[in-house]
Amino acid sequence: MKNTLVTTALAAALLAGLSATALAGSIKIESWRNDDADIWKNKIIPAFNAKHADIKVEFAPSPPTEYNAGLNARLDGGTAGDLITCRPFDASLELFKKGHLAGLNELDGMKNFSEVAKSAWTTDDGKTTFCLPMGAVIHGFMYNKDAFAKVGAEVPKTEDEFFAVLEKFKKDGTYTPLAMGTNDQWESATMGFQNIGPNYWMGEDGRAGLIKGTAKLTDAPYVNVWKSLAKWGPYLGDGYKAQKYPDSQNLFSLGKAAIYPAGSWDISTFRKDGAFKLGAFSPPTPAGAKDCYISDHTDIGIGMNSKSKNSADAKVFLEWMATDEFANIFANELPGFFPLSNAKVTVKDDVAQEFVSWRAKCKSTIRNSYQILSRGTPNFENELWNVSAQVINGTMTPEAAGKQTEEGLSKWYEPHKK
Amino acid sequence: MNRRASTFAVHAILAAYTLLALFPIFLILINSVKSRTAIFGSPLSLPGPDTFSLVGYQKVFSDSQVPLYFFNSVLVTVVTIALVLIIGAMAAWALTEYGFKGATLLKLYLSIGIMVPIRLGSVAILKLIVGMGLVNTWTGLILVYTAQGLPLSVFILSEFVGQIPKDLKEAGRAEGVSEYQIFVYVILPLLRPAMATVAVFSMIPVWNDLWFPLLLAPGNGAQTITLGIQQFIGEYVTDWNAVLAALSVAIIPVLVLYVVFSRQLIRGLTAGAVK
Amino acid sequence: MTDTPAEQRNFGLVGLSKARFAVLITVFLGPALAIYTLFAVYPLIATIAYAMYHVAPDGSSRFAGLDNFRTLLFDDTWSKPFWNAFRNNSWFFLIHMLVQNPIGLLLAALLSQSKLTGRAAYRTLIFMPTMLSVVIIGFIWQLILSPLWGVSKSFLAAIGMQSWFAPWLGLESSALITISLMSVWQFVGIPMILIYTALIAIPEDFIDAARVDGLNARQIFTHIKLPLIAPTIGLVSVLTFVNNFNAFDLIYAVKGAIAGPNFATDIMGTFFYRTFFGHQLQLGDRTMGSAVATMMFLIILAGLMIYLVLIQRRLQRYSY
Repeated sequence: MKNTLVTTALAAALLAGLSATALAGSIKIESWRNDDADIWKNKIIPAFNAKHADIKVEFAPSPPTEYNAGLNARLDGGTAGDLITCRPFDASLELFKKGHLAGLNELDGMKNFSEVAKSAWTTDDGKTTFCLPMGAVIHGFMYNKDAFAKVGAEVPKTEDEFFAVLEKFKKDGTYTPLAMGTNDQWESATMGFQNIGPNYWMGEDGRAGLIKGTAKLTDAPYVNVWKSLAKWGPYLGDGYKAQKYPDSQNLFSLGKAAIYPAGSWDISTFRKDGAFKLGAFSPPTPAGAKDCYISDHTDIGIGMNSKSKNSADAKVFLEWMATDEFANIFANELPGFFPLSNAKVTVKDDVAQEFVSWRAKCKSTIRNSYQILSRGTPNFENELWNVSAQVINGTMTPEAAGKQTEEGLSKWYEPHKK
Repeated sequence: MNRRASTFAVHAILAAYTLLALFPIFLILINSVKSRTAIFGSPLSLPGPDTFSLVGYQKVFSDSQVPLYFFNSVLVTVVTIALVLIIGAMAAWALTEYGFKGATLLKLYLSIGIMVPIRLGSVAILKLIVGMGLVNTWTGLILVYTAQGLPLSVFILSEFVGQIPKDLKEAGRAEGVSEYQIFVYVILPLLRPAMATVAVFSMIPVWNDLWFPLLLAPGNGAQTITLGIQQFIGEYVTDWNAVLAALSVAIIPVLVLYVVFSRQLIRGLTAGAVK
Repeated sequence: MTDTPAEQRNFGLVGLSKARFAVLITVFLGPALAIYTLFAVYPLIATIAYAMYHVAPDGSSRFAGLDNFRTLLFDDTWSKPFWNAFRNNSWFFLIHMLVQNPIGLLLAALLSQSKLTGRAAYRTLIFMPTMLSVVIIGFIWQLILSPLWGVSKSFLAAIGMQSWFAPWLGLESSALITISLMSVWQFVGIPMILIYTALIAIPEDFIDAARVDGLNARQIFTHIKLPLIAPTIGLVSVLTFVNNFNAFDLIYAVKGAIAGPNFATDIMGTFFYRTFFGHQLQLGDRTMGSAVATMMFLIILAGLMIYLVLIQRRLQRYSY
């Protein structure tokens, strides 16, 4: 009996080997945006196929946490898709240097993008752009309008007002004042440090200062960010140290929390689940600040696998992604991702509108760890996750956070070696 | 009297541990058929007429190719186990029975695979599989899993081959039966209980593996159930109905198969031990 | 094992010609060696070889000898996380040895009692969590321990211990222990089955003889059974060691590759993964990653040597 089983199994295995053949005229897109799979399948790809019916497009996302590792391995092994969704800056730059991503200078649609938009996917010498910019995300805070009305809270503009509102919610007790956890760590750095930080380090000035080495993380503008974060702890939910990102999303979308430190990409999640009026406010400014700054981060681009067997079709798709048509679909189907092209786009979602309106009143910057500074060991971004979570947990002082990250940079980065 | 008390204590401990082992699984199963508010409001209570809801399962089955993934997993696992057992038993027999030069060295060589996770060689494995054109196929996964399972199989089976009484083999040889026939008709049946153990031990890591499906067979409908569920959970992570239903869908078939299979397994184990 | 002289063991093979014997060996060993060499040994050797190279950003590589290992072990930037991961991993292993294996032994001892009703049911049910995917286990326990869902909180409240609740998975002091216990919960079935099999293999005569000598059940267990199953317990320990130092999935599923808080749950597997494949903005470093993998290999090898040289030899002196 065992023998027949084995024979059947072997025959099946053999057949399996034979049946795997690639589809001609089709392209596959690698992405970490598994949240957006439905939009791609039902809106974006059909819109493309309306123009180019002969090209079959498959959107093949993997979970964000596995994307980099899985993609790298698949690129090394030659099994990656034709189009590669690009993380900004060094991660994609490395893929280009290794020859995995094709240069896209000759792409016609590239002219629809500003230099700033392209900077996240251009070589250090500025000569080659290897990914088509897609979208930016903006940081800020979302809030439950119903909760604010019920408790009688005003939208805070300054840091003092912000903590006064939190205190009000805490006293009231109906809502968790601030929906964020430190279990996954990245929210502490991204929704915390990078969200409120630009107001303290004056956006691009502070970011450039770190790169040039004229500013240090032990300087007041940076330590003050952690000092502000250190005060968040008491307003976070019960057991926030074990609270994961989806937990925070659930807490807020179930209407149990008042304020949610946000990335604009969260809008679609709350649109889907939330049963209350949603609002947003820009990061509150510290005492005495004249200008406001926001993190308006070039977050997502798309490039072409240099070994793609369907590069002609892939280029057709890329050209289409540079058009106004794509920009409009992208902006409105995925509210919270703001197209980077120069296309005139009308954002219909009111919360997304609120986010994008800050571009007019505040100065934009990107996350300070993304360009150049995360190239060495210890990795600056990992360090920021670690220390920011610890500062909020109360297991590290803001000063120690500055000291540890600065020491980390000074180990490998020339301008910080004094 | 004393005896009865001790029997009671034994049952109490075993029952308590059984409860501990099953409670989390039970909790997922009951909550998977409850409404969202009931999941959050009263997670420990059984679903009632007011709180019963299959909305999560609807989502899972409307949205994913669970049956296909499940079939993939079964096929990959079954073929791998068959190969690991047969090839492993052959090697164990040759290494233990024929004391040829280098047998000890080969045993040592094979035992490296027990010590080192094959995952450490992922990049080379991927290149190999790509070179052979086996990406997104069951065959690629089966070959890698077989290589992964063989060392432990050879290791355990060797121990058992060594314990087979000499008379049984010599009787056959004295009558001029070939070595191949001895292996197939005498040794393999005797190794069955040991093979059951090996099957269980090799099956668990293959069935549950997330790593190699992610690298070697991430698409084209060749995903295994573990990867499929992981992808599904990633997509619906805030939708607890869907997540709990997906977990249940991944759990139930394994449990059913296991309960069916374990009768054979344990009979085999006991038969081997009692003789 | 006692080595019998080859001539004696191959009594029946005496008549076989050398060539026929070679064919025999090839047929039996060939398939296993081929698959194993190609898909397990070659990739591992490639990894170790890779650990001795430096790779420039453009992808060109040059031989660097033991440079990467020097960096890993003596450069602060690398050695701190390395030893931290090693320390955590050792705790992870210790908790398995102190909790998983004693529980496994206890359950096996209880199960192996003669005339136990419901034995098959217990065995089957207790082994059940072992069959489930680590992804699922991680998710289940996270849900149960989640401060938001409140299962463990309301459970503790029900038995009047509400104040004992804490976000265990998020605290530096308890995260590693919590995850270790999750892993213990899942894998306790393995030592249980292995020891159980060894226990029921003990010949009845041994036990009858002891009973005649007037030993009670406990004495029989400690003086007769335990020494007889000592090799199995040794085997269980070494399997635990190897599995623990290879562990990755559970911590990755629960805490992510950056294994917080403050790397309190970082073990060799997550450290390797982060180094080898990169993380968020950290780029994967194939050669340093290979060096970490090689160190894991050496650690496991060292543990195995200790087992083979110190423990197994001794055990064998006591058995049969």
